[in-house]
Amino acid sequence: MLNVENLSKQFTLHQQGGVQIPVIQNLSFSVDHGETVAITGPSGRGKSSLLKLIYGSYIATSGSIQILHEPDWLEATQLAPRQMMEVRNKTIGYVTQFLRVIPRIPTLDIVAEPLINRGVNVSDALLRAQHLLTKLNVPEKLWSLSPMTFSGGEQQRVNIARGFAAHHPLLLLDEPTAALDAENRSRVMGLIREARANGSAILAVFHNEEERHQVCDRDIAL
Amino acid sequence: MSGPVYNFAYLNEQTKRMIRRAILKAVAIPGYQVPFAAREMPMPLGWGTGGVQVTAACLTQDDILKVIDQGADDTTNAVSIRKFFVKTAGIATTDVTDDATIIQTRHRIPETPLNENQILVYQVPIPEPLRFLEPRETETRKMHALEEYGVMHVKLYEDIARFGEIATAYDYPALVNDRYVFDPSPIPKFDNPKLNNSAALQLFGAGREKRIYAIPPHTKVKSLDFEDFPFSLPKWDKPCAICGSQTSYLDEIVMDDQGGRMFVCSDTDHCRKTQALK
Amino acid sequence: MNSLLSVSNIAKNYGDRVGCHATSFDLWPGEVMAIVGESGSGKTTLLKCISGQMEASSGTLGYTKRDGSIVVLQELSEAERRFLMRTDWGFVHQDARDGLRMGVSAGANLGERLMALGGRHYGRIRSSAEDWLQRVEISTDRIDDSPWSYSGGMRQRLQIARNLVTAPRIIFMDEPTGGLDVSVQARLLDLMRGLVRNLGLAAVIVTHDLAVARLLSTRMMVMQGGNVVETGLTDQILEDPQAPYTQLLVSSILLV
Repeated sequence: MLNVENLSKQFTLHQQGGVQIPVIQNLSFSVDHGETVAITGPSGRGKSSLLKLIYGSYIATSGSIQILHEPDWLEATQLAPRQMMEVRNKTIGYVTQFLRVIPRIPTLDIVAEPLINRGVNVSDALLRAQHLLTKLNVPEKLWSLSPMTFSGGEQQRVNIARGFAAHHPLLLLDEPTAALDAENRSRVMGLIREARANGSAILAVFHNEEERHQVCDRDIAL
Repeated sequence: MSGPVYNFAYLNEQTKRMIRRAILKAVAIPGYQVPFAAREMPMPLGWGTGGVQVTAACLTQDDILKVIDQGADDTTNAVSIRKFFVKTAGIATTDVTDDATIIQTRHRIPETPLNENQILVYQVPIPEPLRFLEPRETETRKMHALEEYGVMHVKLYEDIARFGEIATAYDYPALVNDRYVFDPSPIPKFDNPKLNNSAALQLFGAGREKRIYAIPPHTKVKSLDFEDFPFSLPKWDKPCAICGSQTSYLDEIVMDDQGGRMFVCSDTDHCRKTQALK
Repeated sequence: MNSLLSVSNIAKNYGDRVGCHATSFDLWPGEVMAIVGESGSGKTTLLKCISGQMEASSGTLGYTKRDGSIVVLQELSEAERRFLMRTDWGFVHQDARDGLRMGVSAGANLGERLMALGGRHYGRIRSSAEDWLQRVEISTDRIDDSPWSYSGGMRQRLQIARNLVTAPRIIFMDEPTGGLDVSVQARLLDLMRGLVRNLGLAAVIVTHDLAVARLLSTRMMVMQGGNVVETGLTDQILEDPQAPYTQLLVSSILLV
């Protein structure tokens, strides 16, 4: 599903005299369908950066990232913006703890949006969104409001619901459960298991050891 | 000292030729505004200098001239223009529509149907129908060239939105020969149907704006409208108080300070003729 | 599949001064591209050249028509070009007064493009105008009011709607939220995003505001001194800017 070879990333900070900060060096690994792989390592080792490289938010300095975007294997480091958008729409899901949305859009619409973008009809998409929000304990009276004013935990759960709304063959999770209480954490774990059972390849950064052991098949240490 | 000696019809022959060339071009392209080098005339702009120059270029010694202003032969503008041509060209004049060979008009078309031996000359203040929406001359010319006439309906739309009907009562734009949208000068829209398929040659002169345009005899002229708000004619409750005509355009005349008023034909010749028939 | 708009080496000189150097890119259906840069960077010049508002000094514009045929804009007759601009393209000016007919009512502004395409049924034109007022969240009882009586935000929404009545395929916007209150901006951004997505429009938006670019666009082009210094996915440019100038731009704005 995902094939990373000799991947390196370093930042060049032109504002600071061109200082170079290496983040990832010559990393190779692959992730298969139905596999959940954890990225581990102390903070500052580039765990989040690796996810952003795969998602296309960072540009690789060298190396290759191949993604199976049915039915083709694509070299993600070479894609034009519109191709990457297409890959994100159909193949890669990316869930962080931070919600970034335009003001005024109701929660329900935010969660349903990835499905609608794929062409799922609106009422089905909204049904799925309701299901996920219920599962993640987001009170129904909040659904018609913009999450801008929600608490941090509520925003995070809205974001997770959005991330899991559509089926993504490749899921990138960046500490999705950080700051959630035990009950909600276990619900998110349930969603991850569900996605894996549906054949998603999952690459995740967990902030908590116990969770990692619960769902992960193996680790990649940075 | 002897009095001033004028060339026939005031303008010199070169100028008349220049104007005739513009007229020929205007006739060849119905509704198209032909620029011409309008001269200063011995009357103020806005008093019909465009029409006077067109008339001067068309006049021959044998022509019989009729001049009307708002349908009447005896109003200031009509009287002074008629006197101007009597003095400078020495031609015969008439009040009778049927007898005239050239009729110069301000704001009306005679009720009597015109024939193929007549020329109707209009005095035009603003020849550009698109001016209301587009102030740039370069742009209006381009719009005419490309037949971009959608904006004309914007004005009619505004009328309906504001008054519930197309309230434009004069200066009502029309499409000539299925090609050029043109400004018929401030004639009442009551007269618009007379523009269509007229037997007479119709010439339009705008002195200040230096434009001449024409509708050749038997040319299609269609007033602009909407499918659900078709072009319609105004109606009066009463006939003309003098001649009893029910088909002519009526002027409202205030009779006294008590609100007394009467409606009479605006076309004085038509009114006289209808009375005579009775 | 072909790109909708193919910009090839478009450059503009103002006498000896360079407005923008030769620039090429392809715009695809559904894409929203932001052109960012400080004032004087040539972004508005480029926008005007690629949208037919201004003639480029060199370069060509390819456009794929609805029937799939490809035309080069510079080779079209003026009539064809103006027809395309009335039907398939929209242009939203920074100052709504430049894009509206201020002398006529809002309804007439909305109906004009329909009438220009031969709409001759008052009732249908009016109901279409009402529909569009609602879509841009203006009360339909303001339909007969002059745009002069509208607030800045309403005028901008009216201008956008006026462009969209003929269901264009590309819309060009020059600082569409410039000069509006922040609260009004958010509403407008949200509305534009929804319209662009629901109508499947491609859009090119010039802005100096990276927050606007982030919310509306999927890809970005950064300009400086008439040159394109960087292009890429919007989130990539904001999170991992490569060019020194982009790094300066991003860092200075995010710090505010």
